[in-house]
Amino acid sequence: MDFKRKDLLGLEDLSPEEILLILDTAKSFREVLERPIKKVPTLRGKTIVNLFFEASTRTRMSFELAEKRLSADVLNFSASTSSLVKGETLLDTAKNILALRVDCFVLRHPTPGAPHLLARKLPVSIINAGDGAHEHPTQALLDLYTIREKKGHIEGLKIVIVGDIAHSRVARSNIWGLNKLGAEVRVCGPPTLIPPRIENMGVKVFYSIERALKAVDIIMMLRIQRERQNKGLLPSLSEYREFFSLTEERISLAKKDALIMHPGPVNRGIEMPAKVADSERSIILNQVTNGIAVRMAILYLLLGRR
Amino acid sequence: MAKLMDEMDMRRALLRLSHEIVEKNRDTKNLALIGIHRRGISLARRISKLIEEITGGKVPTGSLDITLYRDDLTRIAYQPVVRNTDVPFPVDDKRIILVDDVLYTGRTIRAAIDALLDFGRPQKIELAVLVDRGHRELPIRADYVGKNIPTSSEEMVEVRVKELDGRDEVLLLKRK
Repeated sequence: MDFKRKDLLGLEDLSPEEILLILDTAKSFREVLERPIKKVPTLRGKTIVNLFFEASTRTRMSFELAEKRLSADVLNFSASTSSLVKGETLLDTAKNILALRVDCFVLRHPTPGAPHLLARKLPVSIINAGDGAHEHPTQALLDLYTIREKKGHIEGLKIVIVGDIAHSRVARSNIWGLNKLGAEVRVCGPPTLIPPRIENMGVKVFYSIERALKAVDIIMMLRIQRERQNKGLLPSLSEYREFFSLTEERISLAKKDALIMHPGPVNRGIEMPAKVADSERSIILNQVTNGIAVRMAILYLLLGRR
Repeated sequence: MAKLMDEMDMRRALLRLSHEIVEKNRDTKNLALIGIHRRGISLARRISKLIEEITGGKVPTGSLDITLYRDDLTRIAYQPVVRNTDVPFPVDDKRIILVDDVLYTGRTIRAAIDALLDFGRPQKIELAVLVDRGHRELPIRADYVGKNIPTSSEEMVEVRVKELDGRDEVLLLKRK
């Protein structure tokens, strides 16, 4: 099967076959990361722009490394240092960069749909690196890759996503992806952080973490986005911790071989105790490493042909 | 369509080729074979087995996918599948023999050499192929050849191996 898309915007419009092709391709790139020379000449001569309108360390670093490992040239643009402060629109900024003859934009933007706008207006590939609370496809794909690597398959697994579902693009992309690959998805959090009608995405809603954890294979903890918690949705962080922190006692309700994931950065002591984040069950750092391979695969599939 | 080699021809060619490798590399201790996807891998495994039968020494084999090193990715419209590369031994100071089914333009071998050098610095790299059909576009030649077959560029040489195709044979086809 060929990957015919120009852009990667979200998991909502990917077919299960396309998702599996990305995951299979990533497997080959995973091996490159273990070589003494972790670089292949595949995208020599291509120029990729990382266009980041929101703070990001790990996603940007992961993309940048993936691009460099494929021998592409990389331009980094972040909102604070750009002409954005001079009032230029997103589209004008992108068109000006495009006039520098670049081949691909990796865009992170606080507005849902921003990458879709660029994808419609520009002839080059656009990769969504997070658009508001909408989607974060590369994070979900690296999560799927990591689950598949550890469990061998995704179909039939029970997976719970715990935390601020309402503000989470990671949750949304994962729900699409996990459902497409046949997993049973649960979401869990305080009612104020569960968006209305989320059941329509094909998930079961739990307000009690004890019930949500029962017999699950994967526990995906989300970051409590402290920078977004000024709307009075949580009485306090300590109350959230009291009811939703992933303690060892609560983990014992899940399957014996349940694994713990987190998109990072972890608020130690809030989403889970430090001990849990560092435990054998935690595959948080595997997620980080696999992220490079998955992003290399996506770049190859989008740019590695005429 | 013409059959250039059958199962027996292939077996004889690989046996002779294995003897030549042993003759040139009296000490097989430092030797390793690396097959190029996909049929080169099957051939490398067979040669490794034959060398073991001849000398009693095991020769490690690996596999190489050259997709990421192709020089035509920006010129072709389809997307080659990236397959696994598995080099389960350090290549530093080893004598490596690359194994492929057909030697044609030499571009695959160029890519394979580049890929191999990213794993380390072998003492020497040699090339073994089942069929050399000519038409080189790069200054590359094989050290061990199963059979030289003069062809025109209108033709295609297809090697089939039991492991992947259910039968051993080499066919000459007309390009569609």
